[in-house]
Amino acid sequence: MSSAGAGLRLSGIRKSFGATLALRSVSLEIGQGEVHALIGENGAGKSTLMKVLSGAHAPDSGSMELGGRPYAPTGPHDARMKGVAMIYQELNLALHLPAWENVVMGAEPARLGWIDRRAARVLAKGALAQLGHERFDLDKNAGDCTIAEQQVIEIARALLIKPKVLIMDEPTSSLGRADTERLFAAIRRLKAQGVSIIYISHFLEECREVADRYSILKDGESVGSGPMMGASLDQIISLMTGRAAVDLYPRSEREPGAVVLEVKEAASAPRLVRASFTLRAGEIFGLAGLIGAGRTDLLRTIFGLDETERGSVAVFGSVGRSATPRLRWAEGVGFLSENRKEEGLMLGQSIAENMTLTKLGTFGRLGWVSPSAQRRVASRWITELSVRCAGPDQAVGALSGGNQQKVALARLLEHPARILLLDEPTRGIDVGSKAQIYERIGQLAASGKAVVVVSSYLPELFGLCDRIGVMCRGELAEVRPRADWTEEGLLKAALGGG
Amino acid sequence: MKSTLKTVLGKFGPFLGLALVILFFSLPAETRQFFLSYHNFKIILTQTVIVAVGSLGMTLVIVSGGIDLSVGSSIALTSVIGALMIQHGWNTAGVVAAVVAAGGLLGLINGLAITSLRMTPFIITLGMLGIGRGVAKWLAANQTVNYDQSPINGWMTTARPFGYALPAGVSVAIVLAVLTSLVLRRTVFGRHIFALGSNEATARLCGVPTFRLKVLVYAVAGCLFGLSGLFQLSRLRQGDPTVAVGLELDIIAAVIIGGASLNGGVGSVLGSMIGALIMSVLRNGSQQMGWPTYFQEIIIGLVIIVAVFLDRLRQGRPQ
Repeated sequence: MSSAGAGLRLSGIRKSFGATLALRSVSLEIGQGEVHALIGENGAGKSTLMKVLSGAHAPDSGSMELGGRPYAPTGPHDARMKGVAMIYQELNLALHLPAWENVVMGAEPARLGWIDRRAARVLAKGALAQLGHERFDLDKNAGDCTIAEQQVIEIARALLIKPKVLIMDEPTSSLGRADTERLFAAIRRLKAQGVSIIYISHFLEECREVADRYSILKDGESVGSGPMMGASLDQIISLMTGRAAVDLYPRSEREPGAVVLEVKEAASAPRLVRASFTLRAGEIFGLAGLIGAGRTDLLRTIFGLDETERGSVAVFGSVGRSATPRLRWAEGVGFLSENRKEEGLMLGQSIAENMTLTKLGTFGRLGWVSPSAQRRVASRWITELSVRCAGPDQAVGALSGGNQQKVALARLLEHPARILLLDEPTRGIDVGSKAQIYERIGQLAASGKAVVVVSSYLPELFGLCDRIGVMCRGELAEVRPRADWTEEGLLKAALGGG
Repeated sequence: MKSTLKTVLGKFGPFLGLALVILFFSLPAETRQFFLSYHNFKIILTQTVIVAVGSLGMTLVIVSGGIDLSVGSSIALTSVIGALMIQHGWNTAGVVAAVVAAGGLLGLINGLAITSLRMTPFIITLGMLGIGRGVAKWLAANQTVNYDQSPINGWMTTARPFGYALPAGVSVAIVLAVLTSLVLRRTVFGRHIFALGSNEATARLCGVPTFRLKVLVYAVAGCLFGLSGLFQLSRLRQGDPTVAVGLELDIIAAVIIGGASLNGGVGSVLGSMIGALIMSVLRNGSQQMGWPTYFQEIIIGLVIIVAVFLDRLRQGRPQ
């Protein structure tokens, strides 16, 4: 083990947001010059932990030490000044500016406000050389660089502050194998210079390749850690998933009926490569896979939000040539977006407006809309789904996440959709609301509706679905009845390990 | 306490502004008598008509999340077209139809360009501002278009100081305002405009035909701008291709003072009408106080900023 005191030590970190406990108790120890893989399912608390480390959130309790001294950053800037830098999965570059300006951004060497260009270029070149990129073209615009080059620029920028700890979140998610190798080489150079690296990745094989030690997070708790050498994949996966199933998922009595949706070899730009499946009335079909594996893209293609490039989607037996959301609603297909704020809801408009938007024409005659009819319907769903709000006229933006989700779901129920495409239906909502939504989905299937559920949370898929398909790198690889899957098998398929 | 301030501002904000402005100009004894007279009231209403009808169209556009900078040019162009039609001996109904259609066509082109080229409304309508003005001057051979006589000339007159009847332009504007308000609040078309402006992605996801709707919004707004041009013609009694330069800013200001958000999804016809009135009263009052026009401009500029600032307070949204 590395010398304690020189690296980063966390003990008993706890963090909650309102009623949601994001981190229960996390303890980590990372030595100086160590590459430490942080592993866990989506929602295990990795990103919250990283935000605590990088100063974006303050922990409720617990303590952190950096280099043997107490570490309690007051904000992201303070964290950077204290030597903790973070490379996010989404890169933050000024795409219209050259590489060197991006590297020195925020730390420009200047005299009386005038940038010392020569010193800046020397600085940028030095940082890039530290990563093994001595010949990087400093004048190339960041926007003209490849993703891998952009990442190098971003890491070089982090190096300017001489970090003690560098956190990398899914750094290889959009890199090819050759670029991944170069990244690993750069990581090893940094390690040799004494920088500690926290490496977050879903790709366990890569973690094994580059990391010295690992820690596993599960449900906001650190459940295990050890040296990477000698740890078996199965051991890690069972630590990630091992859970006693809670009865959050009351199963409804249901019988699959006629085929209502048939997807054949569907493909759409940029991520969906190939997917085929059928869905029957009264059935709940789950889609598992990593973020970015193409699950959302598949739903959007079915719903006509993305254009089908190849293949076909048949709804109730008819293959529409060009599907639009408008057509799909008319056919009785409803879509629940994973992104409530950007896409799912009109936050500035009332609950009633949001619930009735897909069928406004039915709330009056000849193109007129009766607000009182809208309100009546909204009030009914508010009672039925126990939405906590001031009334149907309240703006949706003022509600909590769980209640917003209920409003979005009410739209599908009111329409009423016979095929429901649900993308992360319980994202960001508390356990109580989750249970209600699960129960409602079960009832829908029992009443003969067909449901597709995309979820990153495996217990949810196992609890809810009749069949589960796994997507990996844009392809829907395997579809099996729920009973034929194990969490381990599912995770392996999602990671592309077969 | 802060929340009560918010609700008061929210419900009565624009009214409060109008009341304050009227109160202010009623204070000096020497101008009060005329300023508060019925005749002056009529003058103010008549002077508001062009901006008011234009801001009806602009309210639709801004609530839908767009902007139309080509209003001033559209007004000039349609008034020139109207004058030419009268010159060529068209009857009044024909002139009205042609002018409204011309405005609608301009709006349709705006809408189609915005949706099919996928460019921002700001750029497209900025271009149309230049194109419309140029075409107006071209059609008018770079001079005013004069004609002998037309019933249209009587629609904006306040000449009868003791008559109580409002000029036709004012009545038409009031009727149109009520209609537009109903359409915006009570029809599928209107609610879809709010949905589009509030969150275009949600509108699309919920099956709102966003492209068609956008084109329609600009076209309908264009028709209203054409009507505005008709009243401009009625007021000047000649077609002038250089008229209404910069009027788009007055019209946008009226809508914004009336509580609409440039981000879309928020706005009301009543608010916009009061916004238009506030600016007319300011102009009228300043003239009677004998203030120079530059002073009026400064005051109107300040009013826009204060109104939007108060609106932000009301919404309780920093930034």
